[in-house]
Amino acid sequence: MSSYTSVTAEDLREMLETIGVDSLDALFQEIPSRLRLERELALDRGRSEQEVFEELRALAAANTSTDDEISFLGAGMYDHYVPALIDSIIERSEFLTPYTPYQPEISQGGLQAMFEYQTAICELTGLPVSNASVYEGPSAVAAAGYVAKLSGERGRFVVSHGVHRHSREALATLAHGWGIEVVQAPLSDGLTDLPALDNGVSAVIVQQPNFLGAVEDVEAIAEAAHEVGALAICACDPLPLVLLRSPGECGVDIAVGEGQTLGNRLDFGGPSFGFFAATEALMRRIPGRIAGETRDVDGKRGFVLTLQTREQHIRRERATSNICTAQALNALAGVIYLSWLGREGIVELVELMLQRTAYARDRLQAIDGVQLAHAQPVVREFPLLLDAPVDRVVGRCREQGVNPGYPLGRDYPEYPDGLLVAITERRTRADIDRLAQVLEAAVAAERRELAQASA
Amino acid sequence: MSVARPQSNIAAADDELTIFERSKPGRRAFEAPQLDVPERPLDELLPPVMRRREPPRLPEVSEPEIVRHFNRLSKRNFDLDTGFYPLGSCTMKHNPKLHERVAALPGHAKLHPLQDPSRAQGALELMWRLQEALGEIAGLPHVSLQPSAGSHGELAGVLLTRAFHEDRGEQRTKVLTPDTAHGTNPATVTMAGYEVVKVGTDAHGNVDLDDLRSKADDDVACLMLTNPSTLGLFETGIEEIERIVHGVGATLYYDGANLNAIMGICRPGDMGFDIVHFNLHKSFTQPHGGGGPGAGPIAVSDAIEPYLPRPQVVRREGTGNGTKPFYELDYERPKSIGRLRGFQGNYGVFVRSYAYIRSLGAAGLREVSEVAVLNANYLLARLRREGVLELLPAAHERLCMHEFVLSGSPMKRELQIRTLDLAKRLLDHGVHPPTVYFPLIVDEALLIEPTETETKETLDRFASILAEILREAREDPEVARNAPYSTPVRRLDEAGAARRPVVRQAL
Repeated sequence: MSSYTSVTAEDLREMLETIGVDSLDALFQEIPSRLRLERELALDRGRSEQEVFEELRALAAANTSTDDEISFLGAGMYDHYVPALIDSIIERSEFLTPYTPYQPEISQGGLQAMFEYQTAICELTGLPVSNASVYEGPSAVAAAGYVAKLSGERGRFVVSHGVHRHSREALATLAHGWGIEVVQAPLSDGLTDLPALDNGVSAVIVQQPNFLGAVEDVEAIAEAAHEVGALAICACDPLPLVLLRSPGECGVDIAVGEGQTLGNRLDFGGPSFGFFAATEALMRRIPGRIAGETRDVDGKRGFVLTLQTREQHIRRERATSNICTAQALNALAGVIYLSWLGREGIVELVELMLQRTAYARDRLQAIDGVQLAHAQPVVREFPLLLDAPVDRVVGRCREQGVNPGYPLGRDYPEYPDGLLVAITERRTRADIDRLAQVLEAAVAAERRELAQASA
Repeated sequence: MSVARPQSNIAAADDELTIFERSKPGRRAFEAPQLDVPERPLDELLPPVMRRREPPRLPEVSEPEIVRHFNRLSKRNFDLDTGFYPLGSCTMKHNPKLHERVAALPGHAKLHPLQDPSRAQGALELMWRLQEALGEIAGLPHVSLQPSAGSHGELAGVLLTRAFHEDRGEQRTKVLTPDTAHGTNPATVTMAGYEVVKVGTDAHGNVDLDDLRSKADDDVACLMLTNPSTLGLFETGIEEIERIVHGVGATLYYDGANLNAIMGICRPGDMGFDIVHFNLHKSFTQPHGGGGPGAGPIAVSDAIEPYLPRPQVVRREGTGNGTKPFYELDYERPKSIGRLRGFQGNYGVFVRSYAYIRSLGAAGLREVSEVAVLNANYLLARLRREGVLELLPAAHERLCMHEFVLSGSPMKRELQIRTLDLAKRLLDHGVHPPTVYFPLIVDEALLIEPTETETKETLDRFASILAEILREAREDPEVARNAPYSTPVRRLDEAGAARRPVVRQAL
């Protein structure tokens, strides 16, 4: 057992003497005795490093990771390849162990990395201002909703049914406290079917590509929002976005999204980072840290946390957000990843996914008992409809070492036997062929069972 | 004593380049895997009307350049693994190296969040055990790991409070926060749709009970309290505070930023708190990463439990003899406030904090708090012995908990240097300054938290450095006023940065 302390018996004696008390216990005399815990915490004994390692290794071994099966799971987080240089850089103590850069003179590394990250996010989103990260994708959607709330007195958000369910729910959780109603815009043939808007609408929120993988006409949605004076908010997936018209080009006011796909591990859902970019007009309402360029007293370029009068530690109850600790290290992984891919590489990567996804879509829809849920253009993910119980089909595939995707019915009851399939660059043609083979066998087996049961 | 050092301008200029400034058309690091499917025309897969005219202008750099760039950047950061970091209220304790190793195991790091629970039993069991441990430490039985950071935990807590009152048919409008509170508390209250009412602090540094009584009415939903407070003092009136707050039917919220002082010694639940948040990146050693990631789990009482966020990790006992328990995600929570974020929370952080709790056990956690409080009181006593407190008096003459507050007011009057100058001069001595100008109620405040992982020698040295800076300022205050000298850059124009914001590179 180690508590990572280093007080020797001699230290303790000298320290208590310097303080002028005779025991450790005396240091806690201001705590009313009725409140003292008169027993040990009911936790196990401490353990050696080796014992803890073995326990954590055993727990890890009880999980099936994307190294243990051929996984086509996506639905918000994706099994992309994380290059080795990211681990080597973000594990450096100088990035791993500092606090938020409150003292800029000794935090130029972190601050400059934030500035570079912000620049990269502005390039991806086509918007002029990015913050230095928020928690993750869905809470970023909620944070964008708060900016809309601060921007006017309107009582409704219109949210596309194609926005990730977790994002819709995170937004609804907060909107309740603001007294804002969340209205859902349905999907039609895979795309958002925007209802008539009026000037009670505060913001229109869509996702690009949407949860069903389809590429939305974001420009038309943004125009409709602007016609009634509402903000257009787009939750976007940064890799597909490389090929698509950027939110900025489409007239979006706020672009947010999940950053996991940019050089971050799956980690069972976190930590990753959320990105948050907006127009100049909204710059002073953006939540969280923003790094800005400036000069020191010698005229040398340097970076600081800027526009801090938005923030909780300065503005308190009038802050534009309560966020303090965000996801700096994960955002650093993001900018390293984007530098590693580079201007040409990132296009090549996404085009590779696009081609393999098209191949997979063709291959899978050719299976008897499998059809497409929609035929809209997609980049890296698409939904299938199975003519068999999806959970049982998934179970059969997993027995063959293939995780075929995410059963859609949990979030989209209109597709009870839908299956959302994601194709990252880690999934080769051989993997896709294997998926087709086991899916075909599983669907056929389930249909046979159904036929037997009804006969 | 001069610690300034000469600098090479050539090296400095190269250090300063951004990754975008290093870009050169045609350079690259990435090679795509081979295209192994029949290639189809792009226009067929994505109609031109949907496509970008120009790809994002990302840097064009080789792998050696990327590595060198970020390594050089890293050397322009001060970090906890290199030096003393007594940043008050931030608990900059050692981050054990084991934690990085176990968090990186593929079974944890490459686990998809939508993996079927039957194939994520290790992760769910770890989360369940962490919930149990945190509940025991807080003295509150129900834990949600979902919030992403302290302020997210606060938001969860205030939303739980709202759900609790609404379920009783009450629409309360106000939340009380002491004037010593972290900025996140009042910011959270506003963000949750409540009005902030500030409560004062008495001459001893405790919540002013008369002020609290006068403001506690049946329109108050909650009191958010940090205990020990941001003054580093235990709220000795906590039992009376509890009676007043619960007397008007409000909830009592515990901001866990200062939990490092009391683990295994006393528990928020036993003090009557209904809701607690933990900062796993403070007391439970998640490395702070230069501004995250963290995690902000919450623990709550039975009365609050029905409203916890969805989903909740639960353990189901095995049905037959000798069958193992099964862990799953429970979405069937009809009174839940809903989701706060995607998936199950910052699992990678949970792995590290769980490893920490397993390493220390009950006795180790108590030792953490004992030594944290010992180190803070010792440092305060050393500063007194060095004469530092004559110019930087303690805000309150009491035993402190894990941190303490000094006021730079006499120093400013007598030496004509401000707390900011003192902080900047500390940089030249290779020490991270304490938190400055917080709490707001202390003039020229310095909030000092040494943590339990520092040695007596480090504390002695810090006391000597503070004494030396004051001696130096008595001779020549200009030295501190113009500090730092030895850092990669010197004092920066923050006002100018905010006036004309340059927040991205012009490309």
